[in-house]
Amino acid sequence: MLRFLLSRIGLLIPTFIGVSIVAFSFIRLLPGDPVLLMAGERGLSEERHAELLKQFGFDRPIWEQYWDYLLGIFQGDLGFSIVTKKPVIAEFFALFPATVELSLCAIVLAVLIGIPVGIIAAVKRGSFFDHTVMTTALVGYSMPIFWWGLLLIILFAGILQWTPVSGRISLIYFFPQVTGFMLIDSLLSGQAGAFRSAVSHLILPSIVLATIPLAVIARQTRSAMLEVLSEDYVRTARAKGLSPFRVISVHALRNAMIPVITTIGLQIGVLMAGAILTETIFSWPGIGKWMVESISRRDYPVVQGALLMVATIIMLVNLVVDMLYGLINPSIRYAR
Amino acid sequence: MMKLKSLLTGVAFAALLAGTAHAKTLVYCSEGSPEGFDPALYTAGTTFDASSRSVYNGLVGFERGSTKTIPALAESWDVSKDGLEYTFKLRKGVKFHTTDFFTPSRDFNADDVIFTFDRQFKKDHPWHEYTAGTSWEYFNSMDMPAAVKEFIKVDDYTVKLVLTKPQAPMVANLAMDFASIMSKEYADKLEAEGKMDMLNQQPVGTGPFQFVAYQKDAVIRYKANPDYWAGKQPIDDLVFAITTDQSVRQQKLIAGECHVAPYPNPADIEALKGDPNLQVMEQEGLNVGYLAYNTKVAPFDNAKVRKALNMAINKEAILEVVFQGAGKIAKNPIPPTMWSYNDAVQDDPYDPEAAKKMLEEAGVKDLSMKIWAMPVQRPYNPNARRMAELIQEDFGKIGVTVEIVSFEWGEYLKRSKEEDRDGAVLLGWTGDNGDPDNFLGVLLSCSGVGGGNRAQWCNEEFDALIKTGAETSDQDARTKAYEEAQVVFKREAPWATIAHSVVHMPMRKEVTGYKMDPLGSHRFDGVDLQ
Repeated sequence: MLRFLLSRIGLLIPTFIGVSIVAFSFIRLLPGDPVLLMAGERGLSEERHAELLKQFGFDRPIWEQYWDYLLGIFQGDLGFSIVTKKPVIAEFFALFPATVELSLCAIVLAVLIGIPVGIIAAVKRGSFFDHTVMTTALVGYSMPIFWWGLLLIILFAGILQWTPVSGRISLIYFFPQVTGFMLIDSLLSGQAGAFRSAVSHLILPSIVLATIPLAVIARQTRSAMLEVLSEDYVRTARAKGLSPFRVISVHALRNAMIPVITTIGLQIGVLMAGAILTETIFSWPGIGKWMVESISRRDYPVVQGALLMVATIIMLVNLVVDMLYGLINPSIRYAR
Repeated sequence: MMKLKSLLTGVAFAALLAGTAHAKTLVYCSEGSPEGFDPALYTAGTTFDASSRSVYNGLVGFERGSTKTIPALAESWDVSKDGLEYTFKLRKGVKFHTTDFFTPSRDFNADDVIFTFDRQFKKDHPWHEYTAGTSWEYFNSMDMPAAVKEFIKVDDYTVKLVLTKPQAPMVANLAMDFASIMSKEYADKLEAEGKMDMLNQQPVGTGPFQFVAYQKDAVIRYKANPDYWAGKQPIDDLVFAITTDQSVRQQKLIAGECHVAPYPNPADIEALKGDPNLQVMEQEGLNVGYLAYNTKVAPFDNAKVRKALNMAINKEAILEVVFQGAGKIAKNPIPPTMWSYNDAVQDDPYDPEAAKKMLEEAGVKDLSMKIWAMPVQRPYNPNARRMAELIQEDFGKIGVTVEIVSFEWGEYLKRSKEEDRDGAVLLGWTGDNGDPDNFLGVLLSCSGVGGGNRAQWCNEEFDALIKTGAETSDQDARTKAYEEAQVVFKREAPWATIAHSVVHMPMRKEVTGYKMDPLGSHRFDGVDLQ
């Protein structure tokens, strides 16, 4: 197991360097000079332009900028936002809990609904339930998030008034952000109704963000189950007279879970992409919304820093997923 | 039980919005996050709404709902005969905010004024580069470093500003956001503690509201300044709920989650007006959208050709299609809400037949040209591509072939300045301080050629008039000069003036005393809730 772990970690280093290069060059490949964009119609003189480029260090050779950036990363310094003038790392950690909270709720929702629905659809293959689930999943998978979010807001917040429109908690509650996780902080605050308000604010964005992963997980679970259910050992288990429940939940499910866990792991990347739109529409103060704004302002340090952090987190999640395989299926551990 | 709880929450929330139970709290669904809280570092209105317009005051202010400058932290000022010295008498007994992070020990005085300005142009000032990438963009872009010689403290309550050349718009400049007066005492404290960057994060001013907390990208909280020199505000708390999406802001307003929500979608204005709980105010924006010919390149160096083209543009159609009714036809280069606007000027009539004839008379045949369409949406031009297409069609009717071009925004701004540029450029301007010089001087002066003057137009008669306007402090003489300048502009037609936007401001019915600001800011001083 240790050897397996070390080899996986060894792979992380070149991946990390690659990601740092991509993050660094991506925003620079976009046309648009941050200084010119900042000045807008008002414009600025050639001298002032050169002065500002120098101040931000954008006048130096690109490899030199990259080298400085890389050195900074190893000292935990991602530079300063050219807009807010604050350290990128501090801004990231101020916003990150909001994204994690939303993503966790979304993935839990997707798993709790997706896996059982996928199993039932597989077991009752060809039934009305199966067709309905798979059609719904296809629709969910192809749903444009922005449109879907707005639709839910208009219906549930606007017309029915069951949920709030946007934000993380009602504005009547005001307490210090201890952990950055609103569900926890609202409980810690001891203010009556705060937790309930935080939950009600999470409902719509979680549904919107969970829609695509839910569809993918349900479909993956169904197809993995179908494959496993047709294996010989399942037939043997049935022939032995084991109860259908035991056959499905113990014999079949455990093997079917491997591709499903891979899928769940991959959904972390999908969640991050989905968070960008979901956060924007629900005024959710997280990483996604922050990145969108920073890209349009060509805030180089923020975009490259945030990309790097997000990519690193996805890599770590994948590492955990790899290790989970090892636990579920020991034969993977020994594969070279 | 659940029902009761939700009822209680509902009641609490209703009380919050109605403001009847305890504190009156006004919730403003702002369109974006502030970049910081030191307004002198930035140029965006969103940042100013959250800083200079709520927390700070300048020496001079703008009267609510107008571009007229009025005394604020300076009670009065005198201008020397040669126009080079401005002496400001400061208001006494003005208190800086007492907050969790700062308690002032003295009132506002001349030291604060000197600190505020010196840090922006004295390169050896300890606060000149106080945070990562400090740049004093507005101070620089208003040409203050060239205009200002020095600020002198005469005594604790008198400050003298010495200029390098007479500049009548200076008073209007000092009412701008970059001139918000900071507390030197607070700055000294931060410097001593080694926390200078907090000046941009936790503001202390003399303004109507004091800063309480900012949760990044989510909420900014203020409370009314109990010691405000102009009297405490009618509301107790002010909350900015940051809501970037236009449709979501609108939903929040309808659901009663906010009282005021700016920048509605033009297509939804009628529906908002029909909502019994809402009121929608409207006003012309302090901006102009135009098409600037390159007057240095033939045949556009001929005023007759430019005039003919102007007569071919169907502006009514543009208003309907591009502005969806939220606009007004522009005939002058300055908007109608600005003083010295010359309403006697006649706009070029829309007359394609006459235009065709004029082109023939000018000896122009089979003309083909480029029109530049901006890649971004601006208040003065919500859809430049569509506007360019409409003009292309109009010009086609008089036999002029148009090719539409565009570039990335930064490139667009840069390339459109070039003196040998090929084609007419769609662009516009939003005023900074309500002074006509801020439009005419920046956009049409000879010194702006190769820069802000996209028409590359240098007319001696016009230039002499706006020079008079900028250097005389006599208001009547200034008005007259600018009025005449508009007549010359119309005759020479360096631009086709297209439109001024009309800004709509939807809000809940219970909001009273809100005044729309022609400068485009969102101010909550003087606003109440019923």
